[in-house]
Amino acid sequence: MNPRYSQKIAFAVLLLATLLVVLPVVIILLIIMVKGASAISWDFLFSMPRDGMASGGILPAILGTLYLVLGAIIFAVPLGVMAAIYLVEYSSDNWLSRLVKLAIVNLAGVPSVVYGLFGLGIFVTFFRFGASILSGSLTLGIMILPVIITSSREALESVPQHFRTVSLSLGASHWQTIRHSVLPHALPGILTGMILGLGRAAGETAPILFTVAAFYLPRLPQSIFDQTMALPYHLYVISTQVPGIAENVRYGTALVLLTLVLLLNLAAILVRSRFRRNKKW
Amino acid sequence: MKSSQARKLKEWVIEKSILLSGIFSVVFVLLIFLFLLREGLSLFRGVSIGDFIFGKSWYPISQPPRFGILPLILGSLLVTLGAAAISVPIGIAAALFIAEIAPQRLKEILKAGIELLAAIPSVVIGFIGMITLGPWIKNFFNIPTGLTALTGSVTLAFMAMPTIVSIAEDAITAVPRQYREAAIAMGATKWQTTWRIVARAARPGMVAAVMLGIGRVIGETMAVMMVTGNAAIIPRSILQPVRTLTATIAAEMGESVQGGPHYAALFAIGIVLFIITFLINGVADLYLHRSRK
Repeated sequence: MNPRYSQKIAFAVLLLATLLVVLPVVIILLIIMVKGASAISWDFLFSMPRDGMASGGILPAILGTLYLVLGAIIFAVPLGVMAAIYLVEYSSDNWLSRLVKLAIVNLAGVPSVVYGLFGLGIFVTFFRFGASILSGSLTLGIMILPVIITSSREALESVPQHFRTVSLSLGASHWQTIRHSVLPHALPGILTGMILGLGRAAGETAPILFTVAAFYLPRLPQSIFDQTMALPYHLYVISTQVPGIAENVRYGTALVLLTLVLLLNLAAILVRSRFRRNKKW
Repeated sequence: MKSSQARKLKEWVIEKSILLSGIFSVVFVLLIFLFLLREGLSLFRGVSIGDFIFGKSWYPISQPPRFGILPLILGSLLVTLGAAAISVPIGIAAALFIAEIAPQRLKEILKAGIELLAAIPSVVIGFIGMITLGPWIKNFFNIPTGLTALTGSVTLAFMAMPTIVSIAEDAITAVPRQYREAAIAMGATKWQTTWRIVARAARPGMVAAVMLGIGRVIGETMAVMMVTGNAAIIPRSILQPVRTLTATIAAEMGESVQGGPHYAALFAIGIVLFIITFLINGVADLYLHRSRK
């Protein structure tokens, strides 16, 4: 066959494949927006569920997810950023740093439901935190640790080496160099990772199934040792476990969850692109 | 002098906590495995490992209970193979298009679209699969339920694609420019260069992309639980309901008695999943390193 001709066919096939990946995203978003919009109201967002979830709002699920995500971030960000600093600024290419990198790869690959089992075994049972916001946050925190470490690492590595050399040559200590000449420039990248971690934690269901999520709890949690409802689990419950929920309530719940997660991701994309544009080196 | 000593002490503390934080990731991996073993190993006092892995029936609450996970393993395998058959060719093709053919602006838009797909929570994808794809498959094949292995495969294919596309795209972009220039200079067309030179040079990275995509599919829980119908029987066809390893844990943990054999069996499934994903990610990582060299 004429090479020009086969090129045309090949490019058309590749374009088709790309559309097959990207178009469903658009379709999913459109379906959820169109069918869920009618459910969204002040009452839906800011009131308690009533009549066994058949009416009322989803406030406890929204707040529950916010608490869980906040808890996860408070735990994972300091630990993740420091681990990234260790890998980029302190470790040489020895067995320990290779082991740490291998561990991070595997943490990223552990199935989310296995995190749920782990959280149940260690936080709920062993440390006796019970099914609580604390247990759920810690479980989610460990799950998003690889996201935070990886993006913080990339951010630190993108700071040019001569920033460090100059600072060291002026007599600054290793830590002073990191603190004043490296970290400030890596901050937007670290922030991006943090927001992506937030989005991931907000959407996950399996890790919170056995560690915190309440099926139906029409009041707000009082402390970190309380159970709470959470948006993704609530969507699972009303779409598979409870018959007779109005369709637009299901779509509406999906829309709220999706909006939360996508806004976080959008924020991360914006921070990153601004950072790239403003980079002066 | 004193303040300099205080500073040194402060830095010593900071540097040690940084080292400790690095080591924590290793500790967490070990802890996960340890706690799975702690809760799961007691199952094997009553059930042999062979009966557990190759047992053909999973009746956890019958008297006496049967804890054979072969139907669950086959369920996971069937759904995963189906998802791979769909997502690998489409994902690799899309990666080639985005990396080699799409103009810069389109490329940015497509990459953002793929990031969005990756960001959609699995419970939302499961919800959409259940409510739109399920009925469609039911009517198309004229079968009693639309919640089948095939529904699971299609749904999971979409969850594997972002991983496959973005990692394969990285690998393709990392192929040195000179390869392309040399091929074009020899008179090859853009497509011949892309397919015979660039795609071949990027192969280790593509293998890693496929493996990580498959790892994602095997570990996926909520979506697969919502769309596969959850029948713990050995599947005979892709148009039957199946139940995966992950869905079994998620669906049954709430009913099991803590410390009982059913509870232990679910943790033992967790051990199996942990080992499978550990191997897949380890090998994928080796390929990624090879592609970077």
